[in-house]
Amino acid sequence: MAKRKQPGTDLEPVAGNGLLHRRMFLRGGAVAGVLGAAGLAQAEPLAVPEWVTKPGKRPQPYTQPSPFEQGVQRLLPDQNPLYEPGSASGRTPHQFLEGMVTPNGLHFEVTHNGVPEIDPARHMLVIHGLVKRPLKFTVDSLLRYPMTSRLHFIECAGNSASLYGSTAVKSSVQQLHGLLSGAEWTGVPLSVLLDEAGIDPKAKWVYAEGGDASSVTRSIPLAKCMDDVLVALYQNGERLRPNNGYPVRLLVPGFQGNMNIKWLRRLRLTEGPMQTRYETSRYSLLLADGKTAQFKLQLDAKSIITRPSPGYQMQGPGLYEISGLAWSGNGTVKQVEVSADGGKSWAVAALSGPVLPKMLTRFRAPWKWDGGPAVLQSRVTDDTGYVQPTRDALIAARGNKANYHYNGITTWNVANGGEVTHVYA
Amino acid sequence: MSTHKMSTHKMSTRKMFMRKVLILTALAFPAAAAEAPRLGQPITEADIAPWAIDIAPDGKGLPAGSGNAAKGEEIYIEKCAGCHGFDGVGQPADALAGGRGTLGTAKALKTVGSFWPYATTVFDYTRRAMPLNNPQTLTNDEVYALTAYILKLNGIIGAKDSMNAKSLPRVKMPNRDGFVQIWPGNLK
Repeated sequence: MAKRKQPGTDLEPVAGNGLLHRRMFLRGGAVAGVLGAAGLAQAEPLAVPEWVTKPGKRPQPYTQPSPFEQGVQRLLPDQNPLYEPGSASGRTPHQFLEGMVTPNGLHFEVTHNGVPEIDPARHMLVIHGLVKRPLKFTVDSLLRYPMTSRLHFIECAGNSASLYGSTAVKSSVQQLHGLLSGAEWTGVPLSVLLDEAGIDPKAKWVYAEGGDASSVTRSIPLAKCMDDVLVALYQNGERLRPNNGYPVRLLVPGFQGNMNIKWLRRLRLTEGPMQTRYETSRYSLLLADGKTAQFKLQLDAKSIITRPSPGYQMQGPGLYEISGLAWSGNGTVKQVEVSADGGKSWAVAALSGPVLPKMLTRFRAPWKWDGGPAVLQSRVTDDTGYVQPTRDALIAARGNKANYHYNGITTWNVANGGEVTHVYA
Repeated sequence: MSTHKMSTHKMSTRKMFMRKVLILTALAFPAAAAEAPRLGQPITEADIAPWAIDIAPDGKGLPAGSGNAAKGEEIYIEKCAGCHGFDGVGQPADALAGGRGTLGTAKALKTVGSFWPYATTVFDYTRRAMPLNNPQTLTNDEVYALTAYILKLNGIIGAKDSMNAKSLPRVKMPNRDGFVQIWPGNLK
């Protein structure tokens, strides 16, 4: 009887081009054996640095990252891809981040006419329309409600839009996929406030309006609002950043980022959608035949490899951890697979828990790079059974003019010598 | 004490049980409104009016006033052409005119005329967000006139047609039937 090989115990690949078993790093011994040899550098007495011999700085009231991390910045557009004078964005540098939570200073944003500086004492949230009692809430009064905290991703529906294009843009994961972040949001369930106002049975949609100089408005299905929408006041434990809607925003888990109305000031309950500019001429999908899919609101499952990714220089053959993010607006990440041979063979990645619904999930896979060409991809399956499509399959289904909701597979090419670039498979 | 005993005697065991269940259910799943502090203050629709400038696709919310393309062109040249170009050709901001018949082609051009499904949205968006350096400063007459001008540029209404609360919702946009609602389903 042939002895069954224990995957990972002997660095036996589980998929092509050097992908190892996902639990390999947890098994210690084999890794030490491989990495240990490289660690035998020339012996030299250790230096005693000055930060050991002199007192450090005094604490600051609000701390900042190390000056050695100054390169970790959001990416601001150097040109305006939509040619809109009022629109701007800041993209999250996923190539430098780990885990599942995006730090507040690095959370992505899209604004349509600048970031307002709102005095919370003068801000108000109004609920009216098809309700029994139109109500206004001060920010202070919202802060007195029982709070709910949940972790959720927000992704702009236009994230990754360039991948609909005919040539692979040679850019970073930040430029290509940086309109995506994950955070812990704390606030009041919208259902609580709607119940307080008393919902007219005729109401089926909730029209939400932001209080900035672009007054972004979106219609949200009432059923969604009664399910898991939050009126959020806190982001990762502190009050919302102005860029992310201070003092109050909507959090609409798993739906188009644009619907998570920032600087929320008004909710009108309506029978039908209001056909606002942002749900007609924007955030709708122009299909191949010229028809337009409207109110495709849920962001389907998607994954990206964040390390290695373009800009990362491989440091010679050996063991690497492939690290990335997976998420689904329809539920929870069930499985992520990684390929190093352009999708010919796949290895199951380890998921770094907790794995939460409508939240980023960090995945990792050990990879023994032999120094030669490799083609890296990731593919997520969510708990509805949906499998992230290839770019070709996505475009075959809906054409290349949709602009929004690109969730096909992204491919990183690793060249001889270790340069990583974005390509189409 | 004795009163309590008496009441329990009067109540059947099953009724007692149901009463307990109801109390426990209320504690475990508090009706949101009952448990919430209810700090919303009543406000009348009249007091909300300065913020409630939204226009429904059936025209609900459209204010009094009117304007035509000739008047609109004057305002457009002064306040809009800098970003949207003369005649709505676009650059640096969105093109507002042209593109009819391109949506099914490789060079689709999405403009108000070729793409937008409702004329009311033009009024709503222009009034709330334009011009970018001074939103919500146009008068209702100016917004009607600009809307008329943009529709005329696209050949949807005539140069002398007046846009107002009655006529604007009746404008049928060329691509109205091009929009297919997906919700509550999903795209394949």
